[in-house]
Amino acid sequence: MKYAYRAVTDTPQGYYGLPLLKAPVWTWEVPAYFFVGGVAGASAVIGAVARAAGADRRLVRDARWIAAAGAAASPPLLISDLGRPERFLNMLRVFKVRSPMSVGVWTLVAFSQAASAAAFADVVAQRTRGRLPVRVVGDAAGVLSAATGLVLSTYTGVLLGATAVPVWSRNVRLLPVHFGASSIGAAASLLELLGHRHPALNRVAIGAALVETVVGAALDRREAPPSLRPATAAQLVRVGAALAGPVPLALRLLAPRSRTARNVAAAATLAGSLFSRVAWLEAGRESARAPAGRVSEAD
Amino acid sequence: MITAFLTDSTLCIGCKACEVACKEWNGVPSDGFRLTGFSYDNTAGLGHATWRHVKFVERHAPDGAPVDGDAGYRSNVFRWDFSSDVCKHCENAGCLEACPTGSIVRTEFGGVFIQPDVCNGCGYCVVACPFGVVDRRPEDGRAFKCTFCYDRQKAGLKPACATACPTESIVFGELRDLRERAAARLETLRARGIEDATLYDAAETSVGGTHALFIFRGDPEDYNLPGAPEVPTVHLRAGWTSALVTAGLMLAGTALAFANTTRERAASRSAAGRQET
Repeated sequence: MKYAYRAVTDTPQGYYGLPLLKAPVWTWEVPAYFFVGGVAGASAVIGAVARAAGADRRLVRDARWIAAAGAAASPPLLISDLGRPERFLNMLRVFKVRSPMSVGVWTLVAFSQAASAAAFADVVAQRTRGRLPVRVVGDAAGVLSAATGLVLSTYTGVLLGATAVPVWSRNVRLLPVHFGASSIGAAASLLELLGHRHPALNRVAIGAALVETVVGAALDRREAPPSLRPATAAQLVRVGAALAGPVPLALRLLAPRSRTARNVAAAATLAGSLFSRVAWLEAGRESARAPAGRVSEAD
Repeated sequence: MITAFLTDSTLCIGCKACEVACKEWNGVPSDGFRLTGFSYDNTAGLGHATWRHVKFVERHAPDGAPVDGDAGYRSNVFRWDFSSDVCKHCENAGCLEACPTGSIVRTEFGGVFIQPDVCNGCGYCVVACPFGVVDRRPEDGRAFKCTFCYDRQKAGLKPACATACPTESIVFGELRDLRERAAARLETLRARGIEDATLYDAAETSVGGTHALFIFRGDPEDYNLPGAPEVPTVHLRAGWTSALVTAGLMLAGTALAFANTTRERAASRSAAGRQET
């Protein structure tokens, strides 16, 4: 006598609808670091390029200071999120190229050295009326901070993507683009809000907003219901993407002469950049809570 | 010697001796006295305080299925599948790869072990485990999971759960032997007409096989196991390629944006209403 037994739980529910995966244990400090570190890294890039292009020194100095300040603010955020903060130095006992977190930690270490050296060199250069060795050291540190800054503002996408969390790993190609573009958009915006009117900042911000708009649209198409919608995390992701993409893009293109429009665009970019990082962590939590049946279905 | 577990669900009676023995030997803290209402499973899943977990899968025959006799013997309309879950000790372990402190290591027995004196509780292993095994203990701050009774194995003993199991549902031994044993057992089961019995060892996936083998009836999803687990490092190439392309775009885009700087410098200065110092 043969007939198919059906598990009580044999539905999309998996095992009593219990989550298969463990949700991320990270708190607000981690997305805050993604934002701060990303802006700092991108700001170092702007600083180095501006310096090489011969832009005014005030812009270069401010960009370097944003990078240094971000580099200083990042470790406390990361350390306070650890379960055992007093053991943070254990991060530096190994280097593992296959662990994005290990790569990120070492990148952050290199970046903070370079970024603070570049900012400090600016101060010294000012005091010493710009002696050549100081300038050379400052510029070399600036270049190094830009190189590590590029990694710093993009690796966080790999960090999330190379996990078992379905919504993150599904978007592993998109996340580095998303985080990188919103980082440099936010860095240019921050410099604008500090009073810099260099037209290149506007162009950088337009480019970043354009990429963010495309990324947002691609996400909308891929993450159709029910993977992200109608849950709250999806709304957060959407708000963040709109603030960092279409909103500043429209403001900058439609009102190119309006200072107010540009300031609003800059503020929206910064808010969207921070917002979308918080949203991605929340989306990960939601995605990890899916029962067994749903996880395999989604891929 | 590479050791392994073979957990045979068809022999499990759901006594939870493995859970208790594990807790006793390893000093694992209480996981509360919550009643879930999910059959007799009140621990719900593996976690920082549950390193062995017995699952209770209740199965009903479809409506209209024949019932043996009419004296109230209902064994054919309801079936209980018990299965004792544990850390899989993957061949390609996501947690081990992700760990930025080197706290998670591979032992000489092939098991995956979290060194408690090194772990700083970063939480990356938690999201790197495709089986949802590793968990951070909030009141402690570090990540915990099955140690494969590394201390007992060092002393030449069997892990506590396998020692306590009264039905040999949990067998401990050499990985190669257990694979043979599992194959033989599946043949026996099939010969007895239990055709839905399967071996679950993730050998065909990027996980590359596990050191905890399972025999159970039905789909992995019924037991809250992933049908196609992937070690997260398979996503590294796509992720880093994308990061590299993005970095190139950021640099090139910024350089392009600043290309006309010399010409625009004067305009920028007057627009900002500032003097360069």
